[in-house]
Amino acid sequence: MVPESHLFFVDPSRCIGCQACVHACSECDTHRGHSMIQLDVVDRGRTTQTVPVVCMHCDSPTCAEVCPADAIKRTADGVVQSARKPRCIACNNCVLACPFGVPKMNVGFELMMKCDMCYDRTSAGLKPMCATVCPSGALAFGTLERMEIDRPRSEPMNKFQFGRQEITTKVRWMAPRGRTIEHLDVTSAMDEPLAADAPSQSQGFVSVDALLDAMHLEGND
Amino acid sequence: MSVLHPERGPRFPDGRPEDEQPAWRQDFPIDLPQDVFVARRDYTKFLLLTSFAFVIGQFWIAARSVLRRGRGRPPIAKVARIDALPVGGALPFNYPGPNDPCLLIRLDDRTLAAYGQKCTHLSCAVVPKLDQGELHCPCHVGSFDPATGRPIAGPPRRPLNRVVLEVRDGVVYATGVEERTV
Repeated sequence: MVPESHLFFVDPSRCIGCQACVHACSECDTHRGHSMIQLDVVDRGRTTQTVPVVCMHCDSPTCAEVCPADAIKRTADGVVQSARKPRCIACNNCVLACPFGVPKMNVGFELMMKCDMCYDRTSAGLKPMCATVCPSGALAFGTLERMEIDRPRSEPMNKFQFGRQEITTKVRWMAPRGRTIEHLDVTSAMDEPLAADAPSQSQGFVSVDALLDAMHLEGND
Repeated sequence: MSVLHPERGPRFPDGRPEDEQPAWRQDFPIDLPQDVFVARRDYTKFLLLTSFAFVIGQFWIAARSVLRRGRGRPPIAKVARIDALPVGGALPFNYPGPNDPCLLIRLDDRTLAAYGQKCTHLSCAVVPKLDQGELHCPCHVGSFDPATGRPIAGPPRRPLNRVVLEVRDGVVYATGVEERTV
């Protein structure tokens, strides 16, 4: 049982892209050589920003909702487990459905494998492996109180909006404190001219490119 | 009744409470504690229905054997001339119906035997390998004794159906099928 008081915090602004988490994860004996954490490059042309992607352990996990084989289960402490080998049929539904892009299909094993917050470690009172090796604290595991003392300028958030789907997660995402929450219009990249013509349609959503531009300007100031 | 959030219950994609969710959601819960939970009522239902199915199965077996008895003896059919079959040879034929393949085998000068070709494991056709002293089923590598039709190796547990033979004036006739269990 993962203690209720301990939470997983992801702070992408602290990520330096060192890949320590990726390598620590792939050293695990339960999935040796396969990393369950991914290090995403945001926009290689314009920034060195990288983002570690761990499973967010949603309150209403979309991967489990769409699983036709009933293979993805959440334990009582709110950790969404990786697909069960006897049940997973390698249909890729979860890979397509997850709004965070966490599940990945291992075609050779015919099995979806994803981050389970190092359940073997966290349920025994240890930290997830990635959080123990992260040199910059981009991945951290601890109590909310400790985090608020350590990082007063950051605000943990766990509500995300993807189109009309609102997601509450167990893993907390650190955002600059007091900043208005911008909801990313993830589909805007698909029909860019339309979104530019009719900004009223986007209903308070910011297109991906616009947000990246704003971040870029901010960084220059 | 969620273990995860005792105060607000599990969250569903449409945002409605658990009572208003379709019934299949209770059969395929996302939460592990609910997935492994078996209600006493469900277990009793399972026991009752399974034993009911067993009872029906017994009646089904009884009905089948009554029907089989009512069909009467199978016809007498000519199989082959005895000199057409050398010692150690095998001859396929169909008996009693056109869809019941059988094997006539000649073990030595005086001994003839005939067995249904259906393997008693999963009904694959057995292949005569008399030089190796067996009737061989290639599906799961089962083998039967050519002298008796009883299984000697592999998954089959029951002997092959034996065809009762009669030789008159050098012609072999099949006169009946003996279905054996041991």
